[in-house]
Amino acid sequence: MNIRTVLTLTVAAIVLAFASWWMGQQSYTWFPPQAAAEAKLFDDLFSFLVMLGTFIFLGVTGTILYSVLFFRAGRYDYSDGPPIEGNVPLEIVWTAIPLLLVFWIAGYSYQIYEQMAIRGPMELVHLHMPSMMESAYAAPADEGTEPVEEIEVHAKQWAWVFRYPEQDVTSTELHLPIDHRVRLALQSEDVIHGFFVPAFRIKQDVIPGKTIDFEFTPIRVGKYRLRDSQYSGTYFAAMQADVVVESADDYQQWLAMAASTPPQPAYNRAAAEYQASQKALVPGWKTIPPAPPPVVNYAPKHEATSPPV
Amino acid sequence: MTNIPVEAIGVAREQPYPGAPDNWKRFFSFSTDHKVIGIQYLVTSFFFFLVGGIFAMILRGELITPEADLVDRTVYNVMFTMHGSVMLFLWTFPSLLGLANYLVPLMIGARDMAFPRLNAVAFWMVPVVGILMIGSFLVPGGPSQSGWWAYPPMSMQNPTGNLITGQVLWILAVAISGVSSIMGGVNFVTTIVKMRAPGMTFFKMPVFVWTVLAAQLIQLYGLPALTAGAVMLLFDIVFGTGFFDPTKGGNPVLFQHFFWFYSHPAVYVIILPIFGVFSEIFPVYARKPLFGYKIVAVSALIITVVSGIVWVHHLYVSGTPGWMRMFFMVTTMCVAVPTGIKVFAWTATIWGGKLRLDTPMLFALGGLINFVFAGITGIMLASTPIDLHVNNTYFVVGHFHYVLYGAMVFGLFAAIYHWFPKMTGRMYYEGLGKLHFWLAFIGNALNFIPMHPAGLMGMPRRVASYDPEFAFWNVLASLGAFLLGMSTLPFILNMVSSWVQGKKAPDNPWRAIGLEWLVSSPPPVENFEELPVVIAEPYGYGKNEPLTEAQRKELAEA
Repeated sequence: MNIRTVLTLTVAAIVLAFASWWMGQQSYTWFPPQAAAEAKLFDDLFSFLVMLGTFIFLGVTGTILYSVLFFRAGRYDYSDGPPIEGNVPLEIVWTAIPLLLVFWIAGYSYQIYEQMAIRGPMELVHLHMPSMMESAYAAPADEGTEPVEEIEVHAKQWAWVFRYPEQDVTSTELHLPIDHRVRLALQSEDVIHGFFVPAFRIKQDVIPGKTIDFEFTPIRVGKYRLRDSQYSGTYFAAMQADVVVESADDYQQWLAMAASTPPQPAYNRAAAEYQASQKALVPGWKTIPPAPPPVVNYAPKHEATSPPV
Repeated sequence: MTNIPVEAIGVAREQPYPGAPDNWKRFFSFSTDHKVIGIQYLVTSFFFFLVGGIFAMILRGELITPEADLVDRTVYNVMFTMHGSVMLFLWTFPSLLGLANYLVPLMIGARDMAFPRLNAVAFWMVPVVGILMIGSFLVPGGPSQSGWWAYPPMSMQNPTGNLITGQVLWILAVAISGVSSIMGGVNFVTTIVKMRAPGMTFFKMPVFVWTVLAAQLIQLYGLPALTAGAVMLLFDIVFGTGFFDPTKGGNPVLFQHFFWFYSHPAVYVIILPIFGVFSEIFPVYARKPLFGYKIVAVSALIITVVSGIVWVHHLYVSGTPGWMRMFFMVTTMCVAVPTGIKVFAWTATIWGGKLRLDTPMLFALGGLINFVFAGITGIMLASTPIDLHVNNTYFVVGHFHYVLYGAMVFGLFAAIYHWFPKMTGRMYYEGLGKLHFWLAFIGNALNFIPMHPAGLMGMPRRVASYDPEFAFWNVLASLGAFLLGMSTLPFILNMVSSWVQGKKAPDNPWRAIGLEWLVSSPPPVENFEELPVVIAEPYGYGKNEPLTEAQRKELAEA
């Protein structure tokens, strides 16, 4: 390699590196607000992967585009290119670099996963390696001294019901205290659903016949959207709920208010749509009827209202 | 392996052969000629590509507005279930089998596949699968609405209470498709191992043959799991067994393991032959040998092995313990290494060549660029913490459509254009081909790139309605989808008119090196009058060396 090639390659690498860094910074704007401690960890990891990915993508496509522009055969040029069949050192390098990158990405992802300490399901069909599980479980993101808030989540076709066992309060809106570790007990009555709050960057399937513990820490006051993420049948897309993250005082007030309210039916979009569809001129195919609107202490009479992100 | 099993050829010869090779009626017969079967696969699967495409248009029509207003929710759910099922079981797999059927015997210097009748039986099961799938629209309750994964317990719900439901027909279709593919797998592996021409050692085989071998080995170890899972699900639904039913003590997650144990490697069954196509096309249109031929060939087999231990990355959020998430994260990322080797090898093949941007080359280059993009989002998805957010969102939909349309369909179009003169004896129209490429490339980007940001914002896949914040990206995606749909028109026009009245093709219009280019276009009934004796590695561009003994003699005489 002569000095000119080395210089050109260096300049190209610097330009690529800058473009990749810029893209990595951009990636933070592609998401809903960071409403949980897990979201911050996620966004950092994603930004890192975007940066690496941009570098590789621009490197490869840049080389291809350069070839397309500058290595074209002339119209009547029927000669062949140089018969280069390989280059062992080069091939070793481009095997070793991806291998190292893979270990780097896997290592970093593992670290982030440990910090998230999302308590996964503990049994099901799988074997255990308790020694490895514990480290992931015993290191919550915020080593808070506050007690963990335990809430039951009941999913059914197609409604979410939340139950606060200590106060025996039920609701179709999930209220959470800010800066508290929250532990949800996820249960499904019928099919598999998915608990997914994009602003928290986490999700967990809800498997019928099992109770799955799921932990995270909300860190930003606001109203966010909970969606069913595992396709669950006809009204799957309508199975949404609001998640309200509020200060500890507001949270206690809300719990007290809900506890003193007698249970009544909440609005349920699936049930409402099903009612309407019975009168439709052109009906669709027959569906499993939705569960009746849940009867709960805190029963909003309207659809989920969290603002768009 | 140099001995040719004469009996197998005898069977093929004794077949009543309807007419001359250019008799179109043989395409509608139980022909045992691998070239006829190859074209039967390609044309049949292309018909289903159009059917699946129409379903996709309905989906994107619904999604162009946030509300569920174009079709009923049940109809939308049928559409996405059938879009996925038709595209995978009736387009992707059979079309690639068709390509392999046509090319493998020609490329290895064989007169036919090892088991010609098995080959024909395997093909004729595809229309049966198609009739079951499409026929399910006619049963009360309509076709399956449970997505192409058919996860229980949802897939076991039966609102009509009938015994024969769309779901039951769907499972039967998948099981039959599985049996057909296993037959194909046995046939291909046997053909490649036992029927190579004299002198064609493994390391003289074209990479396309290597990748078909790698892909068909996956079919052999993976498909039994899926087919068994499908049969167990059928038993749960029809006979009331409780394999996957939690109310009877079954485990619904177990089905997910059966399903993905095959269905993730299936992605490599799909993409490996396309890697083979890239490896064939780049050297021809860059006039250079394939860079690092041996390592590219071997890396296909490495993918076969690694792909068998990655399936749980589909189950990160399904209820898997932490150690499993971490183990499968590492194995999944390792797929990037052999894949990266190939990408770099193709780039190096192009570098410094004498490029000719004919339609096959355009599609191969476009497919490569799309594949690199899909590979990068694939690594992101492999990372467990990333997947906890993007799993089951439109980010995943964007990712796998970039693999399946951006890389696989592009690669397949590249192959069809490249081997069209060989298959039909006619040249296609270059202008229409280029128009097809640009419409497809722009349509593909406009359709599938916007799905990524929608997914990152939290739009789940499979929704018939969505929140207004996702509208912008969905409008773009729908416009892209309609453009992509339109891009098929110049292709159909090109294929039909070229086949009917295109310019006659010479034996080797691309000046390509390979056994298939030494025979006439289209090739004679049993391919080679005299079996070639291979004396060189493939891809000897710029080396001026003979590929076969016959060529060497010619050179020596001249």
